[in-house]
Amino acid sequence: MPPLTLWQQLAASGAIALVVFGANFLLFVHMTWIERRVLAFMQFRLGPNRVGPIGIFQPWADAIKLMFKEEVMPAAANKWAFLAAPVLAIGAAFLSLAVIPYGPPFTLFGREWQLQVADLGVGILYIFAITSLGVYGIVLAGWSANNKFTLLGGLRSSAQMFSYELALGLSWVGIIMAASSFRVVDIVNQQAGWFFLSWNAFVQFPAFAVYFIAACAEVSRTPFDLPEGETELVAGFHTEYSSMSFGLLQIAEYINMITVSVLATNLFLGGWHSGIPYIPSGAPFGFLWFALKVAFILFVFIWLRGTLPRFRYDQLMHFGWKVLIPVATLWILVVAGYLALFGQR
Amino acid sequence: MTLPGTLDAALFWLFAAIAVASALVVILQRSPLYSALALIVTLCSLSAIYGLLGSPFIAVLQIVVYAGAVMVLFLFVIMLLNVKREDHESGQGVMKAVGAMLAALLVAQVGSVLVRAGPRAPSPRFDASTYEMAKVLFSPYFLYVFEATSILILAALVGAVVLARKET
Repeated sequence: MPPLTLWQQLAASGAIALVVFGANFLLFVHMTWIERRVLAFMQFRLGPNRVGPIGIFQPWADAIKLMFKEEVMPAAANKWAFLAAPVLAIGAAFLSLAVIPYGPPFTLFGREWQLQVADLGVGILYIFAITSLGVYGIVLAGWSANNKFTLLGGLRSSAQMFSYELALGLSWVGIIMAASSFRVVDIVNQQAGWFFLSWNAFVQFPAFAVYFIAACAEVSRTPFDLPEGETELVAGFHTEYSSMSFGLLQIAEYINMITVSVLATNLFLGGWHSGIPYIPSGAPFGFLWFALKVAFILFVFIWLRGTLPRFRYDQLMHFGWKVLIPVATLWILVVAGYLALFGQR
Repeated sequence: MTLPGTLDAALFWLFAAIAVASALVVILQRSPLYSALALIVTLCSLSAIYGLLGSPFIAVLQIVVYAGAVMVLFLFVIMLLNVKREDHESGQGVMKAVGAMLAALLVAQVGSVLVRAGPRAPSPRFDASTYEMAKVLFSPYFLYVFEATSILILAALVGAVVLARKET
């Protein structure tokens, strides 16, 4: 098997990138509809069911409506920052998809492939870096509209993202130490056990709990959707956005939600491993287990939204700094102590 | 993945050009917000150059620490204090002279190092993976420097908490 030439490598990476991008985009499009339907059923309503069979074309209708709406920019807005903010937000959202593996390795044209754009040795750190860049979209969106509600909303959202980013990063440290690697694929394979109790969600349950709560806050989902607190902030940082630039901010939020779900599957739920003895985790089946796990986590996000009320702002800060971060730090000490006493090497 | 020389060089020049251009924007235009944004672009293209040099770890840390954390605080301060465009010219002469002197000093330093080094074969690629970096950082040569830096950061952290604490 000769090694791939540069152009072949570029073509292969491009194809994988297209597949990953397309899958995420389609998932996002239908996620808006699924969320509204599931939420409606939880509240004894029907939800959007008019456009196409059981309403499945609703997102496309929404997209067309958004594109044909007038784009309004406040007269006092800072023009360039106002236009750049949604682009920054969505750029950061899509960039972090690059290092995540989607499903097991598979064979095609006699070679082994992985549905992953770039297999970086520092994969998790890269995601952390891109997440920290995502704050700029929100800060700029809030500031540039020159409106006190958007400024307050932007400050709140970015303070929230800051605070919970720390807990999010700390919750990864334990599993990174256990796998002794930053590569996402290594972390997935480290969880491959005979039974699903070897998944990080069970072995490192405190880390998983911290991760999931912090991820909810990081992507502004209920109960941490403070930007949506319309009685106090109208619509937070995106109050002044209309038409498709509002649409871009929405896409970024949903893509972020999908990213944290896929990451939770990879880092804590054993990725594509079935977790049940004698059930294969290889190429065709692994994709199914992977998709089921991601779907489950996305469902939990919707479920939470249908169940929980919103946090107050001071409660949010108190919980992030005085509960999540200490728990995550203590858990790092526990894992480090265990590895120092009983670990190999 | 290692890139062939031409592509490597092309990417290097691309990011170098972006870094220099955005660094010029930082100092040449007068709106503090745009300066801060241009500085973020500079830091990100420096990170790309670190990546091209074969150290994704340093590249990512550059973004996490500088572009992700330090610059967000800069932006916060600029936005909250609503810093206006600086149009006033008072006291600019002295500052310009000091700045020019410092710049000349830096150019002389870097230039002297480059001249003394002279042309030579490219050095072997340093394995800058996370594991190797950690081994170097925690080796006896750097351990005390590393720990001293940690204590410095801890002191700054404690100082920030003390300053931010409300008097009760």
